[in-house]
Amino acid sequence: MATSAGSKTGFVRQTMEAARPAPITEVGLVGWMKKNLFSSVPNTVLTLVAIYIVWVTVPPLLEFSIFNAVWSGDNRAACTNAEQGGLQPEGWFGACWPYVGAYFKQFIYGRYPAAEYWRVNIVYFMFVAGLVPLLIPSLPYKRENALFMFLIFPVVTFILLTGGHIRLEGFLLPEAVMRPSFVKFLVDFGLLTALAVAIGYVIARGTESNPAPMIRNILFAMGGLLVIALLCAVNFGLRHVETDVWGGLLVTLVIAVTGIVASLPLGILLALGRRSQMPVIRLFSVIFIEFWRGIPLITVLFMSSVMLPLFLPEGVTFDKLLRALIGVALFSAAYMAEVVRGGIQALPKGQYEGAMALGLSYWQMMQMIILPQALKLVIPGIVNSFIALFKDTTLVLIIGLFDFLGQIQSSYSDSSWASPVQSLTGYFFAALVYWLFCFSMSRYSIFMERRLDTGHR
Amino acid sequence: MADLPLTGAPASARADDPRRSLVIAFAVLCVVAFYASAAICFYGSDLFGPIRAVGNIFTGLFSGRWGTAFNPMAWITVLFTLGIVMRTVSWFGFEGQQSYAGNFFNDSGLRNFFFEMLLLGVLGWLFWFIVGNAVNNLAAAGIASGFDFLRRPAGFGINFSPFINYQEVSSYGTVYFVGLGNTLLVAISGIILATMIGFMIGIARLSHNWVISRLAYVYVEVMRNIPLLLWIFVWYFSVLRLLPGKADPLDLGPFGLLNIAGFYAPLPIWGEGAAIIPIALLVGIVGAIFLGRWASARQMATGQQFPVFWASLGLIVGLPLIAYLAAGMPLTFEMPTPSRFGPRGGARVPPEFLGLLVALVTYTASYIAEIVRAGILAVNKGQTEASHALGLRQGQALRLVIVPQAMRVIIPPMTNQYLNLTKNSSLAVAIAYPELVSVFAGTVLNQTGQAVEILLMTMLTYLTLSILVSLFMNWFNAKMALVER
Repeated sequence: MATSAGSKTGFVRQTMEAARPAPITEVGLVGWMKKNLFSSVPNTVLTLVAIYIVWVTVPPLLEFSIFNAVWSGDNRAACTNAEQGGLQPEGWFGACWPYVGAYFKQFIYGRYPAAEYWRVNIVYFMFVAGLVPLLIPSLPYKRENALFMFLIFPVVTFILLTGGHIRLEGFLLPEAVMRPSFVKFLVDFGLLTALAVAIGYVIARGTESNPAPMIRNILFAMGGLLVIALLCAVNFGLRHVETDVWGGLLVTLVIAVTGIVASLPLGILLALGRRSQMPVIRLFSVIFIEFWRGIPLITVLFMSSVMLPLFLPEGVTFDKLLRALIGVALFSAAYMAEVVRGGIQALPKGQYEGAMALGLSYWQMMQMIILPQALKLVIPGIVNSFIALFKDTTLVLIIGLFDFLGQIQSSYSDSSWASPVQSLTGYFFAALVYWLFCFSMSRYSIFMERRLDTGHR
Repeated sequence: MADLPLTGAPASARADDPRRSLVIAFAVLCVVAFYASAAICFYGSDLFGPIRAVGNIFTGLFSGRWGTAFNPMAWITVLFTLGIVMRTVSWFGFEGQQSYAGNFFNDSGLRNFFFEMLLLGVLGWLFWFIVGNAVNNLAAAGIASGFDFLRRPAGFGINFSPFINYQEVSSYGTVYFVGLGNTLLVAISGIILATMIGFMIGIARLSHNWVISRLAYVYVEVMRNIPLLLWIFVWYFSVLRLLPGKADPLDLGPFGLLNIAGFYAPLPIWGEGAAIIPIALLVGIVGAIFLGRWASARQMATGQQFPVFWASLGLIVGLPLIAYLAAGMPLTFEMPTPSRFGPRGGARVPPEFLGLLVALVTYTASYIAEIVRAGILAVNKGQTEASHALGLRQGQALRLVIVPQAMRVIIPPMTNQYLNLTKNSSLAVAIAYPELVSVFAGTVLNQTGQAVEILLMTMLTYLTLSILVSLFMNWFNAKMALVER
């Protein structure tokens, strides 16, 4: 018994066998592919279908844009085949990059006079130089930077792009009292300042607070306005450039940036109005927001280009670009209001109660406690609405402004580059530029979202 | 100051409230100032002008003279006065916190009242300003006002009107309905297709299959980072232009023909007695709904399952098929046939519709995909694990456990996307697909010049559509919402 048992267990391993390496089909690239791509029959089919989709889309796209593309040439001959009067072989199909090169300046500056390109370049440079440090959270001087972007940059841009030297002829008193002149402007401005000071004084006395700081603030604001107005009126010797000749990326950026900058304060006011306890103001905000959100942007642009001139007194005309800007600003203000409201509602109630317990007034509470936190929370939302607005600026081409896409679209009418691949090349280029802008902005928005998302873990 | 109440007095004590006269005086002042400025600015200093205009509303309404009844300035006057009166009355019912310490700015009720009157006054005056200028400018330009133009013949052709028999002699009012029909057509088909594709891509984005999820990711990022208008141009001006010419269309077999001039679908010809087929279809759909209810009730009661999907499919497809056969096959399809001058017969769908639909669907699908992905990710992972532990397969777990819970997160933003798609369909004006904005706010506006009426009608239409979609989705959302105890 013992022997048989002993013979049965004749071999007993005394030491552990070293672990063998995993089979080659389970590790490395092969193992990963087996696990992720070919784990079952349906999965394999899906993988093959996906690879087929990539196969039919990517190579033709690369061929069109790079391998078959023409990179140099002077006119349409470079991008047409012999039958169409060009140099390319029969059946050639590729992008015509020299056409984009020839029109590149138009795509960036529109029909802005070539001798004045430096003005646009300075604006582009200031925009990048002011925006990039503002977007990087770790850099200091955010306050000064924001002041530059929201105050100095718009004024300088206005003067540079239009040439400044606007004529100030007054705005308040009827013509019967005083003839339009620069003196009348000063008189009018003085009257307006006096009116504002008087209202401020009454309110300050009414609330039994010290009128001095209130009046000082009003005088400060009106003085700032006066300086801006005078700056715009100074003749810097810049040639006047009509907005009709603006175009390309310039118009796209002007509309998008003005839209977002103007819509931010309006949107904040509307968001506060919607959360207000005053029924009339709340009702007004709700109607305003829901009206603009309920109609398509294109009808807004139609309205601003067709109806706005009707709403103004006879003789007062607005520039076409300015009309579009007004429409876009009101439209995006409604969307901005909803973004800001999201931030305001996300704050816990304790913040309001704490602020009120400290004895802060409504505006003090909003200015010092609520809005700084709420606006920080909605930075990703603001960037997202900027992306939406940036894409929506393309719509202005329908009312006859030449934004980036409109400029590309209008270049097709030039017969010197007419070819069957012209429109595809143009759209490919436009898509590339829009994609680069929007994709990088959406990455930034995700980055900020991650950075701000500190409260939950 | 000590004798003044520090907290809100009961409404009965308001009679001797010293603020009462202040509020009434201020409201009266607002109304008088509004009337006076309106009279001076727009009625040539005729102080009774606004009052007469208001009176004309009633005489106009009773005598049927709509022109005088719809004087917008008079309506603004009425609404403004009504607003002030209502707000004043509501102030008297205000029972909130009031700390009256000697001056009225410290009383939150009074202060709010003051600011609201100010807003009403500014708004009322702004509207007067706008309407008055518009009336003057229109009169100076010799443009008629009112809605009489809707009855005049349009005199231009529309190349796509599937619902309404439109001729050049049809009225501008008909043009409106043709445009509305085309807007609804592209919006509804777009919503259905975009939802289907969006769900597919959203789920593909979460797939464990690396190639599939990357492909879905690339699709989403490419689609939504390029403006919709550019997509419409690409599809319409570039891709659809690559289609074969009129004489040699692409043959899609039973689906019809496709060429540069559009898509030629088989045209159904309804023979005698064919009406029974849609009736059978309707019966099938209603039957399927009841079958679903019965099956779920039975499963709740006994735990037995019933193959609802296959039975419903059988009802919805089978019943019309049986009706079709029983009625002696009255429905035939007229297939388009190619010819030298383009296909003949069939139902033509213009390339504008195709380009717009494809662009709208592919663009919106990328947004819907992200919403679906976020919704599914919002469902706790434990739900997936629990359903796998119960022995459900991946597809069953998605269908029975994950998606129903994800729907609660998905529906509200999805509503926004549906509204966006509907509003974005107005971009068709760039490629001249005859929808509402293109044909009504575009062509009709150019012909008649009545910008105010036409844009107002267009905007109100979109607002109504938005409200209808929101109401429906709110109802659907309430139906899907978690029922908590």
